[in-house]
Amino acid sequence: MNDFSVLIGGKAGEGLNKAGQILAHLMGRLGYRVYMYYDYPSLIRGGHNFSVIRGSEQKIAGHRAGMDIVLALNQDTVDFHRDKILPGGLLIYDAYYAKGEGMAIPLKQIIEQNKAPSITANSGIIGAFCKAVGIEWGILEEVLHRDIPPKVLEINLAVARGGFDAAQEHQKLHDLGRSALPFITGNEAIGLGLIQGGLTTWVAYPMTPSSSLLHFLAEMSDKVGLKVIHPENEIAVMNMALGFAAAGERVGVGTSGGGFCLMSEGLSLAGMSETPIVIMMGQRTGPSTGLPTYTGQTEYHFLRHAGQGEFSRFIVAPGDANEAFYWSTVALNLAWKFQIPAFILTDKTLSEGGYSFTIDEIRKVPVEDSPRWDGTLPYRRYAFTESGVSPLTEYGREKAVVKVNGYYHDPRGITTEDPGIVAPMQEKLLRKLQGLDQELVSYDTVNQSGSSGAVVALVCWGSNKGVCQEVAEHLGLRMVQPVVLWPFPVDSLRRALEGTSRVILVENNATGQLAAMMRQYGFAVHEQIHKYDGRPFTVEELENRVKGVLP
Amino acid sequence: MTERPLITDAPNTWCPGCGNFALEYAFRDVFQELQKEGISLEKFVLVTGIGCHAKIADYLDVNSFYAIHGRAIPVATGIKIARPDLHVICCVGDGDAYAEGLDHLIFGAKRNIDITVVVHNNRVYGLTTGQYTPTSPLGFKGRSTPAGTLEYPLNPLELMLTSGATYIGRGYTKNLKLLRPLLKDAILHKGFSFLDVLQICATYYDVHSMYDSLVYEVKEQPGESYEEVIKRLREWDYNNKAPIGLGTYYRKEAPTFNDRITVMKVSDREREEIIRRVLEEHL
Ligand SMILES: Cc1ncc(C[n+]2csc(CCOP(=O)(O)OP(=O)(O)O)c2C)c(N)n1
Ligand SMILES: [Mg+2]
Repeated sequence: MNDFSVLIGGKAGEGLNKAGQILAHLMGRLGYRVYMYYDYPSLIRGGHNFSVIRGSEQKIAGHRAGMDIVLALNQDTVDFHRDKILPGGLLIYDAYYAKGEGMAIPLKQIIEQNKAPSITANSGIIGAFCKAVGIEWGILEEVLHRDIPPKVLEINLAVARGGFDAAQEHQKLHDLGRSALPFITGNEAIGLGLIQGGLTTWVAYPMTPSSSLLHFLAEMSDKVGLKVIHPENEIAVMNMALGFAAAGERVGVGTSGGGFCLMSEGLSLAGMSETPIVIMMGQRTGPSTGLPTYTGQTEYHFLRHAGQGEFSRFIVAPGDANEAFYWSTVALNLAWKFQIPAFILTDKTLSEGGYSFTIDEIRKVPVEDSPRWDGTLPYRRYAFTESGVSPLTEYGREKAVVKVNGYYHDPRGITTEDPGIVAPMQEKLLRKLQGLDQELVSYDTVNQSGSSGAVVALVCWGSNKGVCQEVAEHLGLRMVQPVVLWPFPVDSLRRALEGTSRVILVENNATGQLAAMMRQYGFAVHEQIHKYDGRPFTVEELENRVKGVLP
Repeated sequence: MTERPLITDAPNTWCPGCGNFALEYAFRDVFQELQKEGISLEKFVLVTGIGCHAKIADYLDVNSFYAIHGRAIPVATGIKIARPDLHVICCVGDGDAYAEGLDHLIFGAKRNIDITVVVHNNRVYGLTTGQYTPTSPLGFKGRSTPAGTLEYPLNPLELMLTSGATYIGRGYTKNLKLLRPLLKDAILHKGFSFLDVLQICATYYDVHSMYDSLVYEVKEQPGESYEEVIKRLREWDYNNKAPIGLGTYYRKEAPTFNDRITVMKVSDREREEIIRRVLEEHL
């Protein structure tokens, strides 16, 4: 099977994310399905950045440890990644800034000859890469035309050509003869899924790994009639979003753990006041500021319990870009249908990773809304109903007095401490979860792949989907991935695990949050594999770890 | 047009003599007056924080969002951006707006978002039974500061001027005749309107006789320089025994936050088309 990995590394500020995208687009042109992992420290200049771009015949959502080609713009890249080069692989490096064994390219000279800025070294080494793997100049030219802004296109083309001419062919990257798929990040998929679901407003305060979603939606705002607001802090974000929702907007917010801490009082207000809201929560590593630009899966329990009091909520953790798109649309629908907070739980790996995206494989979801007030007076914002969901109307409707309230309230929305109303109101808040649970029966809340008959199951959630799926396929295991994490999909998970005798949990945390939840619901968990150093599993690493716990 | 009483049947739990009654009835009168002038009642939205002041959300029979302590202003901002046709009024406390949610007060003014913020300033935490607030005088003996506070109060009017509020005034709950036109004026002002209303707390900080002896009505001074306005705003610093001006101190026409937002409506079909186009750009 054709499976090809290239790593490009250099100093922060050298445009390695962009370079990774160009490499991904090149592989896409040859018909590869692509995944990109981008690794960068939390700083603007200096430090070591790298992107791993992997192309495969099949759709993938994870990277490998072994590299066919390493493109080194500096010595760190050579030193840190030399050992990853596979037999028959190649190191291509900048002849001036690095030393190594492989193909030296005189990038400094090429850049000087063209009087180009040093950032064009990327284009130069990508030119050399194309020559080394037999990608025609015309393909590179076309990709650069699309990816490089017109102002600096000529100079980049010149440096790329210099690199191309300075290199020799090393191995041929087969052209799979298929057309390219769109290549987007998890956050872009979420943004597009939300737009598909009728999002009208996005409110957020910058925090990795949610910022790129804020940026993407801000860029899109003019085109799709979206209001994008960046307020003074996350407390304002959450409360402002609730104001938007009460005024009839379909609104979402985005943040990471620290920002979500500040939102949790507002979240509880959303729960009590039954104000719909979508929250994109991108996890990173560890407590407090932890590792700001690395990955983790530590907020499942936090989201499940955040906010004082007991109220209904929805949590979904997509595993790749396709799932991110689909479930973002669904999250909006469910938030409004049930007037609850709906979480899209991601992590740095998914949010900032790049994926080949196949929109035509995604089940179409029509926009769904709350039941609407029929005009019967007086309007009762919190009318008791069988489902617990009260007909909604927004401020400004003629004759309606809309009273939204964060205290316990009577059906009109007026504060009450009457035990005869408080208890049924509490039950109303929770009854909605039963309806939601019922609703979810028609969704694939738990994914299954690998060998369906296998008695050993790898169970994971979120961005570990890709690596787990591959490892399960290699080792002949079953792969089970709950996508909906709350309400906990007990029945679907039971079906997915039917006939297994050994259950291995894979999580990017130190305690096993899905494992704990499963045990709480009576599922057996036999082994737990954890990784909590901020880095996602590579396929090889996970495979070794799984082999280590297999009998 | 129907005459609605505008007062709900919710049992009122303010203490006898509480200044909030004056605010409640002033609001009712102003809503009725504005209704006669052509603004229908459903166009008003009251957003409150948490505290004694906030109960007004239950008592006035108009749209409301009874939010959480300190956060009325962001909620109101969301409502106003979404629905520029609504008159969004925040009834907030001095603990609420000057302590817990001060960031939002400053940013509301900075944005010149077209909402009205009315601070029920009793200079004490009423609902939590008598602790000092950011406008309590130095040495205030509250339940958390039995030996007296160690810090000076802040002057909210001055803060609002420097933050960008475009309407600044002060009211007093024992001067209803002035309070009504002040509220109406602030509601109708296009831009961020700020009213600090000295509100008697009959239980924890009843200083009405002091206020009665110091208040006077200020005259609006159009065309005044920033320095001159500041000077007038500093006459009483919430700590000294100086004349306390009531009325409109400052008014300015300026573009509001909403004025700078233009958003077009996009149909579901168009959205899908746009998504397709974006994906083509990502090939
Ligand atoms: C986050 C939070 N902290 C504390 C409280 C408790 N609390 C309720 S009202 C209040 C202070 C009220 O003072 P003020 O805003 O001046 O309103 P007043 O009661 O005087 O009208 C406090 C501290 C709360 N409800 N929420
Ligand atoms: Mg107070």
